[in-house]
Amino acid sequence: MSLSVDIRKKLGKFQLQVQFEAGDERLALLGASGCGKSLTLRCVAGIIRPDAGKIVLDGVTLFDSAAGVDLPPQRRRVGYLFQQYALFPNMTVRQNIAAAVRDRAAQEETVSTLLRRFRLEELAVLKPGQLSGGQQQRTALARILASQPQVLLLDEPFSALDSYLKSQLELELMETLDQFPGTVLWVSHDRGEVFRSCQRVCVIDGGQSQPVQDLSQLFHAPGTEAAARLSGCKNFAAALPRGEEVYLPAWDLTLHCGRPVPPDAVRAGVRARFVRPAGGPGENVFPCAVVRVVEDVFSTIVILRPEGAAPDAPPLRMELDKMAWRALPDRERLTVQISPRDILLFRN
Amino acid sequence: MDWYPLFNSLRIAAISTAAVFFLGIAAAQWIARLPRGVKGVLDVILTLPLVLPPTVVGWLLLMLLGPKRPLGAWVQEAFGVRLVMTWQSAIFATVVVAFPLMYRTARGAFESFDQNLADAGRTLGRSNAWVFWRVQMPCCKQGVLAGTVLAFARALGEYGATSMLAGYTPGRTATISTTVYQLWRTGDDPGALRWVLVNLAISAVFLLAISLLEHRRERR
Repeated sequence: MSLSVDIRKKLGKFQLQVQFEAGDERLALLGASGCGKSLTLRCVAGIIRPDAGKIVLDGVTLFDSAAGVDLPPQRRRVGYLFQQYALFPNMTVRQNIAAAVRDRAAQEETVSTLLRRFRLEELAVLKPGQLSGGQQQRTALARILASQPQVLLLDEPFSALDSYLKSQLELELMETLDQFPGTVLWVSHDRGEVFRSCQRVCVIDGGQSQPVQDLSQLFHAPGTEAAARLSGCKNFAAALPRGEEVYLPAWDLTLHCGRPVPPDAVRAGVRARFVRPAGGPGENVFPCAVVRVVEDVFSTIVILRPEGAAPDAPPLRMELDKMAWRALPDRERLTVQISPRDILLFRN
Repeated sequence: MDWYPLFNSLRIAAISTAAVFFLGIAAAQWIARLPRGVKGVLDVILTLPLVLPPTVVGWLLLMLLGPKRPLGAWVQEAFGVRLVMTWQSAIFATVVVAFPLMYRTARGAFESFDQNLADAGRTLGRSNAWVFWRVQMPCCKQGVLAGTVLAFARALGEYGATSMLAGYTPGRTATISTTVYQLWRTGDDPGALRWVLVNLAISAVFLLAISLLEHRRERR
């Protein structure tokens, strides 16, 4: 089973160009809001018609602009979990699920089975407005599975919930997804959610998709600045390659990268966690002034200014455990170190 | 007291409301999905009868349906049916005048309908017709009902275009509104008062119905 998507769509000034393939896996579409990830899902579901391209699901062409194929949503067999779940407000939980059963003869049985499986039996006569966020999500999932989809499209499945509920529902959703044999596309802007839930990721930035990559790759070698940002990297600066080193004009720093720097690298990045207090003199060690200290829940975020930084240079963000921060002798001026392998390099 | 005008008014209003119900909903559903520019133009055309004087509507209809006009003459020729000066003629007038009320109220309700619900229904394999009648209409129930009540009230109170198309023939085309005018013109003020009171009672009931509907909508 596989899903292959290669589509283009122009909406006003916005240009969507997305290409990826997914097997029986959970593939995340990761991007900032407004990048076109939900639009991509809508194109796959047949709710919005792309301008050009091709969508193939398990050998069945759902859309092909060249061949003039455009199956209606009813015949695409996709299960679409909407952001606010889109439960029919005029129907009960049972009626909502029953509405999705295609095989009328088995309707009663299918609905009962799903009600039991999603622990909705006692809520079956309630309307969606009477349910909690978690119950609504369970109903929406039961309804989707009742339609026997071949692919699941999840559009920010937790955006409607607060964070306490979220972590609990994430586990529940994972259980459901583990039993689903086909492809799952999971749209998200939250790297944590993607890391916990998916196997591979396709980064979408400004309507353009980037090659699908493994999650470990997204973290250690994101490839593009947009991907690095989405994976949580906070520090970026313009870079000039110099053999195995890069020169960062904004901070007036030359950093050793431990590998030949590609001559076309123009930006460098480093995660806040990988800026560490230096133990002593060494490679990539440089002094900074502490501009500001922000206490987070379990860590301390220190906003630094490398000595020799240009007046308009971006600050350097360091994140470390609270204990480690308190143990430092001088918290006004800090000597920090960046390990060569932690320096990310980006071509334009 | 001859109750024919009441019966005739109710019958005309009921038939034209039934027609306007489907016409207005069809137009609203169709136009709500059109691109902005076309929508604006069609919206103006379909709303026009709401702001035009009923006599202008009546005159325009006479130009179309009169016995010597193309459409009126053709129908008379082909079916032997006269389109004006019968009690049914008033239906043309009331349909045109009441249509914008139904259309605009329904369109407002449809535009605030969450399109995701329709898309959800379609991805779940349900037909567009099923989604419309089983999800969209129930969700827009309040708005559609309010539009229907408004259209009925407007059709019941129609005078200008009705008098031009159906005239006033006691026992044949007389409605409440044309009867009040006729009685006042002939100096029968007590007779006119009786019909005025009947009309006041009906109008009060309808306004009550509308405010109850709106109250229910606010509560949701």
